[in-house]
Amino acid sequence: MALLDVTDLRTHFFTREGTVRAVDGVSFSVEKGKTLGIVGESGCGKSVTALSIMGLIPKPPAKIVSGSVLYDGRDLTTLSERQLEDVRAREIAMIFQDPMTSLNPTLTIGTQITETIRRHYDVSQKQANKKAIELLEKVRIPRAPERLSDYPHRFSGGMRQRVMIAIALSCDPKLLIADEPTTALDVTVQASVLDLLDDLRHEYDMSMIIITHDMGVVAEAADDIVVMYAGQVVEHASTLELFDNPEHPYTEALLGALPQLEGANVRQGRLTAIPGRPPDLINPPEACRFGPRCRYAGSDDCTVNEPQLREIRRGHWVRSAHPASERSGSRVPEQVG
Amino acid sequence: MSTDNQALLQVTDLHKHFPIREGLLIERKVGEVRAVDGVSFDVRAGETLSLVGESGSGKSTTGFCVLQLMKPTSGSVKFEGTELTELGREEMRRMRREMQIVFQDPYSSLDPRMTVGDIVGEPLVVHGIGTRRDRAARIRDLLDVVGFNPSFTNRYPHEFSGGQRQRIGIARALALSPKLIVCDEPVSALDVSIQAQILNLLKDLQQDFGLTYLFIAHDLAVVRGMSDRIAVMNQGRLVEMGPAEEVYTNPQEDYTKALLSAVPIPDPRAMKERKELRRKLRSALAEG
Repeated sequence: MALLDVTDLRTHFFTREGTVRAVDGVSFSVEKGKTLGIVGESGCGKSVTALSIMGLIPKPPAKIVSGSVLYDGRDLTTLSERQLEDVRAREIAMIFQDPMTSLNPTLTIGTQITETIRRHYDVSQKQANKKAIELLEKVRIPRAPERLSDYPHRFSGGMRQRVMIAIALSCDPKLLIADEPTTALDVTVQASVLDLLDDLRHEYDMSMIIITHDMGVVAEAADDIVVMYAGQVVEHASTLELFDNPEHPYTEALLGALPQLEGANVRQGRLTAIPGRPPDLINPPEACRFGPRCRYAGSDDCTVNEPQLREIRRGHWVRSAHPASERSGSRVPEQVG
Repeated sequence: MSTDNQALLQVTDLHKHFPIREGLLIERKVGEVRAVDGVSFDVRAGETLSLVGESGSGKSTTGFCVLQLMKPTSGSVKFEGTELTELGREEMRRMRREMQIVFQDPYSSLDPRMTVGDIVGEPLVVHGIGTRRDRAARIRDLLDVVGFNPSFTNRYPHEFSGGQRQRIGIARALALSPKLIVCDEPVSALDVSIQAQILNLLKDLQQDFGLTYLFIAHDLAVVRGMSDRIAVMNQGRLVEMGPAEEVYTNPQEDYTKALLSAVPIPDPRAMKERKELRRKLRSALAEG
């Protein structure tokens, strides 16, 4: 049974300019012990999805207008703030993109770790300190006992993200949501933080949702992948399946646009850019939201009717009238070059 | 790669040290940060040399010192044989027509109170080029070249997305028809699909105008397709330099290998192997 089941989630922002349909009918589930990757560009709704799960969206202007978030049989969207506080940390913890701003600069990191522990467990300060040291050692911060009394500015970006991970783990969550956990970090630091997260996931027997714009990061870290575009899920499959047989034109284009170290598009020199940019979510295209940027659009009714998410193969879902395997002629689109 | 072997830019033993000061009223120097610590390289006309490294490796400082936006502590920077470090203000100002920069962050590098047209045309005004009418025509041409709708010259930067703003920044850099452009992380603030557009644009412009690029980036995957040669920096020094193909397929230094192994590649099958490699390299670097 799935640990987390998100069904038809819609989170809209009611602004003066109009209703922004930031998350518009998103469904997925996270299995126990597995990592789900959510990939997409800025503004596709991936972070708002995560914040909606955690009950952290700013209300107003945002509102979950429909859908459910079933966690362990409970619908999180119906819980009170008090009940949600217990779910956060104990059940679901989250780490954020920017380790520079997510720690309080005026408190020592010891204080920041132990306040979480003591909020959720009935332990003495001494016990909490002991646990904090263990956690810092778990996230491989050297000289953990001494560093407890240091302020955040004495830590580098990578080290701060480790502290954030330590705080997230402090109450043994069953699900860890990592929202762009390594985007602000150098590649080498990113690699070590990703490796650390993967090790900890096994050790703590957690499930994980990793949110990123980087196809490379999900390829490394995720078991299953959800690709989001303009507030919707456009493709959903296991990691191997998605990279072997990408179906949605957007997924294909994302992979083609990615500068790579190895592979076909290195030698060819030019990247396959996606023309245009993502739609305005106040007035998204009425039919397929990727339509205006899609190279296959226009030949049939996908410019009139909105394509639905459908299971094209077992476990492989796609929202497009022109998935790769249904195109006439070549299965792989010709390279632009 | 360029067949012209004439070096457009020659950097020799470049140093930039920043003093570390302590004390509130009476400051004294207690040490120094050697941001750039003896860097030498040539950039040939028409080629792209990329400086790669992590944050703090000194790559951007090197770029700034090349353009004399920062005064180097010591060392020589020669542009077409002219020693830049010895030029006076006015001479350097004239020299800047030949060398321009594209910044990382298109959100903070454009003056929000200037219109797109003013931003792109400002270098022309500063250098007293053309009449008002000439400049207006030139601005439209430049915007057209970078794929930005020229009818938007009277709009303000905040009305545009990151990719569009970066096009404005590039148009401005092109305004004086420079020979050398320092691209300081030009795409790292952009989304993947937009990144590709800008990288392709930079490549096209290089071909069309015979530009020379000093390309500064931390992302080795981005750099790969752009560069003729690559210089890897770590802690203010050049660790390794060579033809792009060489550095990627046959890196010599452990540091370069570690950098390469850290780049996430979109191939889930290669994951295990790479994790193993990273672990080995991390411990090798920790010992060495």
